[in-house]
Amino acid sequence: MSMNDQGRPTRGQSVDMADFAPTFTGNRGLRLKEDLIFEVGDLETTGVDVPDLDDTPSRLGGVQRADDIGLPGLSEPEAMRHFVRLSRNNYAIDMGPFTLGSCTMKHNPRLNEKMARVKGFADVHPMQPESTVQGALELIDTLAHWLKEMTGMPAVAMSPKAGAHGELCGMMAIKAAIDAKGEGATRTRVLAPESAHGTNPATAAQCGFTVDDIPADASGRVDMAAFKEKLGPDVAGIMLTNPNTCGLFEKDVREIADAVHAAGGYFYCDGANFNAIVGKARPGDLGVDAMHINLHKTFSTPHGGGGPGSGPVVLSEALAPYAPLPYVVREAETFRIVENQEGDARPFGRLTAFHGQMGMFVRALSYMMSHGADGMRQASEDAVLNANYVMARLSAEMTASYEGPTMHEALFDDRFLKDTGVETIDFAKAMIDEGYHPMTMYFPLVVHGAMLIEPTESESKRELDTFCDALLFLAREAKAGRTDRFKAAPRFAPKRRLDETAAARKPILRWEPPVEEAVAQAAE
Amino acid sequence: MRYLPLSETDRKAMLNVIGAGSVDDLFQDVPADLLNPEINLPDHKSEMEVERALNAMAAKNVAAGDAAFFLGAGAYRHHVPATVDHIIQRSEFLTSYTPYQPEIAQGTLQYLFEFQTQVALLTGMEVANASMYDGSTACAEAVLMAGRVTKRKRVVLSGALHPHYADVTRTNAELIGQTIVQPDPGVDGAEDLAGLIDDETSCVVVQTPDVFGRLHDFTKLAEAAHAKGALLIVAFTEVVSLGALKSPGEMGADIVVGEGQSIGNALNFGGPYVGLFAARKKYVRQMPGRLCGETTDAEGARGYVLTLSTREQHIRRDKATSNICTNSGLCCLAFTIHMSLLGEAGVRKLALLNHQKAVKLADALAAVPGVAVVNDAFFNEFTVRLPKPAVDVVNALADKGVIAGAPGGRVFPGAGLDDLLIVAATETNTDEDIAAYAAALKEVL
Amino acid sequence: MSVKYTKEHEWVRMDGDIAVIGITPHAAEQLGDVVFVELPEVGASFDQDADMAVVESVKAASDVYAPISGEIVEINNAIVEEPAKVNEDPAGAAWFVKIKPSDTSQIDAMMDEAAYKDFIG
Repeated sequence: MSMNDQGRPTRGQSVDMADFAPTFTGNRGLRLKEDLIFEVGDLETTGVDVPDLDDTPSRLGGVQRADDIGLPGLSEPEAMRHFVRLSRNNYAIDMGPFTLGSCTMKHNPRLNEKMARVKGFADVHPMQPESTVQGALELIDTLAHWLKEMTGMPAVAMSPKAGAHGELCGMMAIKAAIDAKGEGATRTRVLAPESAHGTNPATAAQCGFTVDDIPADASGRVDMAAFKEKLGPDVAGIMLTNPNTCGLFEKDVREIADAVHAAGGYFYCDGANFNAIVGKARPGDLGVDAMHINLHKTFSTPHGGGGPGSGPVVLSEALAPYAPLPYVVREAETFRIVENQEGDARPFGRLTAFHGQMGMFVRALSYMMSHGADGMRQASEDAVLNANYVMARLSAEMTASYEGPTMHEALFDDRFLKDTGVETIDFAKAMIDEGYHPMTMYFPLVVHGAMLIEPTESESKRELDTFCDALLFLAREAKAGRTDRFKAAPRFAPKRRLDETAAARKPILRWEPPVEEAVAQAAE
Repeated sequence: MRYLPLSETDRKAMLNVIGAGSVDDLFQDVPADLLNPEINLPDHKSEMEVERALNAMAAKNVAAGDAAFFLGAGAYRHHVPATVDHIIQRSEFLTSYTPYQPEIAQGTLQYLFEFQTQVALLTGMEVANASMYDGSTACAEAVLMAGRVTKRKRVVLSGALHPHYADVTRTNAELIGQTIVQPDPGVDGAEDLAGLIDDETSCVVVQTPDVFGRLHDFTKLAEAAHAKGALLIVAFTEVVSLGALKSPGEMGADIVVGEGQSIGNALNFGGPYVGLFAARKKYVRQMPGRLCGETTDAEGARGYVLTLSTREQHIRRDKATSNICTNSGLCCLAFTIHMSLLGEAGVRKLALLNHQKAVKLADALAAVPGVAVVNDAFFNEFTVRLPKPAVDVVNALADKGVIAGAPGGRVFPGAGLDDLLIVAATETNTDEDIAAYAAALKEVL
Repeated sequence: MSVKYTKEHEWVRMDGDIAVIGITPHAAEQLGDVVFVELPEVGASFDQDADMAVVESVKAASDVYAPISGEIVEINNAIVEEPAKVNEDPAGAAWFVKIKPSDTSQIDAMMDEAAYKDFIG
């Protein structure tokens, strides 16, 4: 035979890893560490070839900048590498299940991204003459129509920039309606369940209302007796999430709406959980006066690491006249943007510059048209089916807080961890080691050590089964007293557990030049 | 349906595990008479069909790049490097959430820390937050913050503040019992804002370059405000201007707010944009919005977390500094990437190039009979006075392929400024665009 | 005089005619690592139950109510500079404020140590 003397080993050898010192670079194979721009770049380097200046004389009138800004630049390859390395330290829906309850982390179709970048949408200025933006206004009007139809509501304010901004819009409309009846000085109290998102009480307070908590009953829903007792002539309205933050549908929602209306108040519905009922039930049929819709949750526009969101608010006949400026009207075959008070409308004011999150509108409509009425109903059914499946499977080892069926999310508490020494946060961090983004933890506040799981319709059965197997395994490990895996977690993430206490005690909120450099600069 | 992984077989198997007969059994808490309403909307469509429908709408718009384009007034058309859009579309950035689990969100957290530093440097302030929805909402939040800091309720706004910023501020502040004082808008003469500040005034809000494009040094106004215990809030709508102009921090501003869209972000017909918010460090606990801070992990490695969260709604609820819950995530990433590509050298050159284009445009328009440039000094935007209503001129010019600017009558309806036109130029304008504008304007006047 | 307790988890100890006030070890433990303390100004007067100070951990922000009416005569700046002290010695060195009470009978109505222990279970 001919001999191959290029003896490259083609199998690894087992070696005990514990003996190895850290790497020289601090990198760990594909896990690459990356310093700050301010440490990588310098003031001379640039990654943009700005065309050269000519000798046109300046007309800056004596307010020119005298000193350096101190902004380092990166060449294009350095910038690419910097941000790609950073990106690899993030978990994302595109990598695996992202079961954050109340956040609806569903698949973000790339068709949405493609359409939002079409120049006829992306490269259009909000103050262009109306004749040059008819298609943009048509898109807003079309999305408004779809939102009204899906919710059974007669009007929609499109400009709010996010869910909480939509809440503000809805509550401002309620305030305006109350003021118009001359009851502004007396109707000052807003009711909200203690399980509400923090944005609800914060919004009410930002509108000048006081907030009164409604307790939950044993089934995790509004305690009707306590609620009715709190109604009175000083009540401006109720802010209710439905399905609520425990993942449960408020069965008595019509009775709640009727009671609030009978007391002269309004019904604000937090639409954060709308994904459970799109196409299955319409808020308009439930007696809602205002509800924001998180386009970045329900209608698949990307969360983008925390934004941008978009929060159109559907309004009842009673609140529609108070919708903020601007808004789009259709007149025969043309569209018009109304930027000033006109006719019978009594807009409460303006919420933002220009007309709202157009880029998000394009994405949301792209999603809605893709799914259609039939697909959106199927999506909600699948979201609810997935949540109930997770609840059924995990109940074997974990403690569900309330009896099902649940809607689009499954709520567990920490009773199953009692006396194990493992807390909700440890359990969540151990999920990171198993390759999952943890569920929402410690919210809602009505159960102890809450774990709120929202799988959405985007997960396959196979993915859910692996996810459930992993959580059941972790629950058994905790009960078996193997606490180290929890307390040490995460072991395999880009960072070990981070010290939030130190960050809050001595906040470092920006990069500062190293001291020697600062001294040298001062000496110059 | 292409977005849904479950098969009919899966669904049946899952219902068995749950012990439910049908999916509608899971909806048993919804009043039965309201379940499964008829929805009058079309059924699902293929990717191709959706593209066709949306492209048809897009085609009815005139894209800025297809015109000679000179419109600003709070949103500016700049060239964004291709690298920016590539990076923000990476799955790890596009499809991640608010970094509530910092160990697996260091990518987002580190760029937020970099963003906060860039904004602080540009504005000349000590700290900046992780962004707001846009410049106008940042302005309103700054006024609410000044109320918390000073425990006062009287707000003075400059008449040359972008009217959307003023309206958003008024809408928010009046709700909680604050009083707004604002002189009428005008381009002639200077307003006496210092004279409007009294012992009850929480803040005075000014803008530079202002809505007419005029430049200001607010150093003396800062002193006047501080002498009365009031804060100075400086707003801007064109962040590129900070590459050429004295920073608000240097003028003595206490809070600086503005629109960051120009860096990294397209016009998008008004949103999403990115609000910048910076302040003196001593006020940090009264700031709205998210803040990212540096810390260490269990092995002593440097890392980043969201911090000072007790200001925020999810902890303080009705006593929070703001109800804000999102920031402008991806837009803020786009800003950070574009700004780090530019760097000191790039952003200063870009700013001067913008200014040179505007000077050339001003000279070209001033040469048109009947047209007068109002500003002595400006950055990349200025105001001209026309011999007839600017709205009509703008509409006539649109038919000639020129997007000419923002008419005074649209920016300030009913204020008697109908003959004014606010015009912007950026690095995207060619000398041919400028010549075409001047020629077309001559024709329609 | 012995230490008295309120249902808001504050303690009051008379030192001559001045009341020393702090939060209980139980409250400090529930808060977790304290990261920020804000105290009123010396000379300020409060009615009983009015918001007087703020204490924050990473996960919680709590108002501290004036357990009795009176005027602030001294504040403990050490806990403002080093909030961690509140976790280390809440019942002792990490007192919050000293108040000159306007009505000492308010203190008599408070729980003694045994009653407070019962109260927190």
